[in-house]
Amino acid sequence: MKLIPLSAAIAIAGAFSAALVPSSAPGFCGLYVAKADTKLFNKASQVVIARQNNATVLTMVNDYQGEPKDFALVVPVPTFLEREQIHVTERKVIDHLDAYTSPRLVEYFDEDPCARRDYPRSMPPGIAMSAAPKAKDAERTKSLGVTIEATYTVGEYDILILSAKESDGLETWLTENGYKIPPGASEVIGSYLKQKMRFFVAKVNLGEQTKRGTQSLRPLQIAFESPKFMLPIRLGTVNADGPQELFVYTLTQRGRVEAANYRTVKLPSDLEIPVYVKAEFGAFYKAMFSQQVKKEDMRVVFQEYAWDMGWCDPCAAEPLSSAELRDLGVFWQDGNAGARGRPTPGGGQNVFVTRLHVRYDRAHFPEDLVFQETGDRTNFQGRYILRHPWVGTADCDAVREYRKTLLSRQRQEARTLANLTGWELEQINAKMEIAALETRVESDGSEKWWRKLWGQR
Amino acid sequence: MPSDPRWFQIASLSGLLAYGSGWLGFDITLTRIALTLGGMLAMQYLATRVWALPGFDPKSALISGLSLCLLLRTSEPALVVLAARVAVFGKFVIRWRGKHVFNPTNLALAALLLGGDGVVWLSSGQWGSAAFFAFLMLGVGSLVVWRAARSDIAVAYLAFHALFLFGRSWSLGEPVEIPLHRLESGALLLFAFFMISDPKTTPDSRLGRTLFAFLVAAGAYYLQFQLFLQGGLVLSLVAFSILVPLIDLLLPGRRYAWGQSQVPAPAREFQISDSQFQIPLKCVSPGRAPTILGI
Repeated sequence: MKLIPLSAAIAIAGAFSAALVPSSAPGFCGLYVAKADTKLFNKASQVVIARQNNATVLTMVNDYQGEPKDFALVVPVPTFLEREQIHVTERKVIDHLDAYTSPRLVEYFDEDPCARRDYPRSMPPGIAMSAAPKAKDAERTKSLGVTIEATYTVGEYDILILSAKESDGLETWLTENGYKIPPGASEVIGSYLKQKMRFFVAKVNLGEQTKRGTQSLRPLQIAFESPKFMLPIRLGTVNADGPQELFVYTLTQRGRVEAANYRTVKLPSDLEIPVYVKAEFGAFYKAMFSQQVKKEDMRVVFQEYAWDMGWCDPCAAEPLSSAELRDLGVFWQDGNAGARGRPTPGGGQNVFVTRLHVRYDRAHFPEDLVFQETGDRTNFQGRYILRHPWVGTADCDAVREYRKTLLSRQRQEARTLANLTGWELEQINAKMEIAALETRVESDGSEKWWRKLWGQR
Repeated sequence: MPSDPRWFQIASLSGLLAYGSGWLGFDITLTRIALTLGGMLAMQYLATRVWALPGFDPKSALISGLSLCLLLRTSEPALVVLAARVAVFGKFVIRWRGKHVFNPTNLALAALLLGGDGVVWLSSGQWGSAAFFAFLMLGVGSLVVWRAARSDIAVAYLAFHALFLFGRSWSLGEPVEIPLHRLESGALLLFAFFMISDPKTTPDSRLGRTLFAFLVAAGAYYLQFQLFLQGGLVLSLVAFSILVPLIDLLLPGRRYAWGQSQVPAPAREFQISDSQFQIPLKCVSPGRAPTILGI
């Protein structure tokens, strides 16, 4: 049985090519054309944390693609959990949240320069587990100092709540019961045990799974009350082959959430990039994220989205409905949403969503992620702008001026893209076909003055 | 070099603020910086008039203002002005034997954190670990410049804080990288070198200061690791500052004066003025405090 180690689930996603979802919905900040979701990243975990005061609902997404019998999840939890505190939800809710908070692409089209001379240079800114493993030998369990505090079957999962006196005992118990514990995990398990944390252990109940008739595993949810606003990531770094990818979505009442023990940095946004990126937006997002991680020496948490759940502009997906939010653990809404439970734009659902993205390993993230809610409700989104050049045939002095400006703008777009992604500037220039524009601008400049006379052009 | 070490402090804090907002992307706008510094200077001027001080001295107000810019985060601009008011008036009103009891920035931060109802927060992670060495240099630099015996408290505090962190990790079997990462904190060094080491609000004797550093470190540890509260350093310092008069009474020492030679402080007699502020006795009467503080 393969252990899925992390704080939350390790979601093992297959390679995914960029999905471009065209939309005709016009947005205030340009025409929305595409989003780039989390499926682009391999080995990406997704966790949703809904929290008000100390009441917390944690949703862990299992994008596990292997055999259900090999699946196992071990998560340190701060308190004992009753059966009613554990729930299984549908994957589509998290997919919706992912889509809603994804970095997005918008596009503008240049006007005919002959029709309008005052060419707009600047863009408006973005607004701003088979039955619970029966302890074959209860005495053995006891002798190892392990206590099975509870066993539940929830949906397709068998759940154990374990506590132990010593980490060695728990490690031995897990190994004897078929869990593959990576070497070195004992130390980490021990430190959580000493902090009086329990272990939430889930594996697939094959009988229940068969009844459902589907291979996919649904996200697990736990609800608990704890002053600790944190995510235990240390177990996941014990045997990781390379850095891991984690997306944390928080749903809070007051404002955005940031890391308290690591720096939180906003992803570069509101930048103009070459139009050809439209066809490879997924690759752009991945390359840009990797480049930013490198730039920050892999020591920061990135903020990719922070927005009042009541609206969006432009929308990569509609805001989540009240029912979906409730499903993810938002219990503080007053329930005055519309008949379909759809939020009213500007009406506010009293829910603020933050999307954090972190690439981590043990060397750069030695301690668990601790979060804090702030009072900041400033909206932020990863938004990238495409400006299509005018392609008409009209001719006037303004056209030559426009081409000069366009060349300078496209050179800037190429530099921005190279800087954001680490891609070679020459290759970008080639894809943009800047050379052709340069030639044209040069020929504009070398034109004889008398050709403008007597209407020869 | 100017004789008053506060100029060095102002330069250091300004440098840190420029670094933080220019390179680290602090959540503070130029407008907010102007509002904070303007608010502090205005409050200081007002206090100069109210208490009929011999002259307007912007240095302390600038230090408090810059510290607030570095530490205070709020979505409500009005609270910045309130913070300035609490910082300045707290300094004049809450006094004991001629010393103000609370570090002005500390008092303002603690009052707003406790009463801010979620719209005030401290971004302790904003410095990351890259700023650590910049801080260390400035912190050590300030110790050298001050050359004052009072700087021992910064060292003592860091030592006790480190002791608690290493002790915790040792008892939990955590790797040494964890306490080291916690120590590599710009927020911690800012606190140690520029807040708890404020010579006007620390105990007068070295033994007293060491005891005080221990108490604050223990309190901060409790708040952070037992109650899981953010801002533990600030809250612990404000709580234990109340004990400073008692520590001074039990362990008397020499009183500190900015930019002047050290003068012995009267050990047990009531002192109504210090070298900077000629405070009339009537102004420190407890009756004025509630109306001015007004939070």
